[in-house]
Amino acid sequence: MDNTNWLLKVEGLTKIYGEPDANTLNRTGSLFNSNQCPETGAIVACNNINFSLYPGEVLGIVGESGSGKSTIVKMLYFDFEPTSGSACLSVFKDGERNIFEETNQKKRFLRNHKMGMVYQNPRDGLNFRFTSGGNIAEKLLMAGNFNVGSIRERASSLLASTEVSIARMDETPAAFSGGMQQRVQISKAIANNPPLLFLDEVTTGLDVSVQAKVLDMIRKLQQELGIAMIVVSHDLSVIRMLTDRTLVMKDGHIVEQGLTDQILQDPQNTYTQLLVSSLL
Amino acid sequence: MIEEKKFNRQYNYAFIDESTKKEIRRKLLKAICIPGYQVPYSSPEMPIARGWGTGGLHITLAIIGKKDVFKIIDQGSDASVNACNLRDFVQDTTACEVTFETRQASIIQTRHRITEEKLQKHQIMVFQVPQPEPLRGVERYERKTRQMHAEADYAKMWVSLYESYVRFGDIMRGAGYPVKVNGRYVMSPSPIPRWDIPNLNQAECLYLFGAGREKRLYAVPPHTDVAPLEFEDVKFKIESFTDASCNLSGEKMAFMDELYHSDGSSSHVVNDSDFLDKVLEKSRPGQWSNKYLIAKLEQLEKEFSTKKSKGNGQH
Repeated sequence: MDNTNWLLKVEGLTKIYGEPDANTLNRTGSLFNSNQCPETGAIVACNNINFSLYPGEVLGIVGESGSGKSTIVKMLYFDFEPTSGSACLSVFKDGERNIFEETNQKKRFLRNHKMGMVYQNPRDGLNFRFTSGGNIAEKLLMAGNFNVGSIRERASSLLASTEVSIARMDETPAAFSGGMQQRVQISKAIANNPPLLFLDEVTTGLDVSVQAKVLDMIRKLQQELGIAMIVVSHDLSVIRMLTDRTLVMKDGHIVEQGLTDQILQDPQNTYTQLLVSSLL
Repeated sequence: MIEEKKFNRQYNYAFIDESTKKEIRRKLLKAICIPGYQVPYSSPEMPIARGWGTGGLHITLAIIGKKDVFKIIDQGSDASVNACNLRDFVQDTTACEVTFETRQASIIQTRHRITEEKLQKHQIMVFQVPQPEPLRGVERYERKTRQMHAEADYAKMWVSLYESYVRFGDIMRGAGYPVKVNGRYVMSPSPIPRWDIPNLNQAECLYLFGAGREKRLYAVPPHTDVAPLEFEDVKFKIESFTDASCNLSGEKMAFMDELYHSDGSSSHVVNDSDFLDKVLEKSRPGQWSNKYLIAKLEQLEKEFSTKKSKGNGQH
């Protein structure tokens, strides 16, 4: 793979809650089996994360809960501000600007035009007081489409592609099942054809048959639209099914990374070995 | 001592003390400089409760001088309780002239209407605003609405208009239709009917808005663009009053009140009391002109001519 044509390049991404001192980053992590600084009590959610994502690639981030995997995508989607570190997007100002240093307007532009996010809980990604169509319309309106007819056309084609009944477009997501809510969320996330999509534990909490359907749909959309994705999950079967390349995280560190098949077949790190061996 | 001086008199000219008036005037200047932006202000105590027109009263009392001629209307009427009491109060504390005649007034305080008569450049209209925040219906936290204004992030407002269209087939906002001022801030025009909204656009007069309970001032300076929020294919409309005419004057080109009678029937009457008086005296004043009113006028003329031709055919 050509190393220069990355879509997203993340360098030194760090998020600390609480008040760290000079040694905090050196005294936490997988080696210490804790992400809490023993001196100051500061929590290191992510410690010096570096990776690149290439166009059309699906990257998995796997790890136990509290390992910092969701924090990474939420920082990239500007839900949290990072403590330090940079991220560049090749489709924004030729990839020369750290997107975390941009103004709020620019960040919102990036969120609306270049990124999509699907949260574990549909209540984070959807406004339950608006209809499903209205939720998708929000993204389109933010991108400057002020024509009700074309908004409704786009919303219904998106809902059709994610297999939500168009007849139920004008109902609120509260009236939907969990799987349908998740599919509405995916429709909203891809409404503006973003080159980059974040999936944060999308199938957690869904029953197995619905999980399979949602995963199938994500894979289909990925193949049709060629969106680059970051898939965050603690579920190795989701990672195996969706991703090309995987980062394994523990206590805020990346402990292992490589091709998904390789990591699952031949894990090197002790934590990864434990993770793979505990797969049912 | 300052205190002695202050309390020796019953009250200062125009009730509010001079330093507070100065503060309100400075905030008004800021509001005029940033059209549509809500400026926080002190909202001093008044002898009426906040939320009963104190915001409008603060502005009026801060800008009024001895040569001013004051008019106040409540929902178009000079004679309603709120208007009468506030008029008496302003007259008592300033001794300035008061009038019912729109054209003679230099300051017009209003609740929920703009006059039917077109205002001139020497006139100032002061609105009593109950809720200055247009985004309150979609976002309950002040911290967030301020950020949304700062970043011109009005997506939620637009979605609520879209939702209204989807649910009811039209944008169901009667009074207080949200407008965009000078291409930047979305502003609540106070609960004036849609009929009055186009009159905010490129007006000769100065519009000042005061919300006493919410402690906010804002303004639309003369010759400022004010556009109602509308979609490319779902447009803003004014009230139509199809086939309605005033049962006192026969007038059709004015905002109407619908009156219900004890036998269940209803009739219409012109809402603006001074305008109605002038129409009855046959000295109809110059009205506002905007594209919505022009369209309505054309429609009325068309109906009139078809009726006339039908009448001719029968004879």
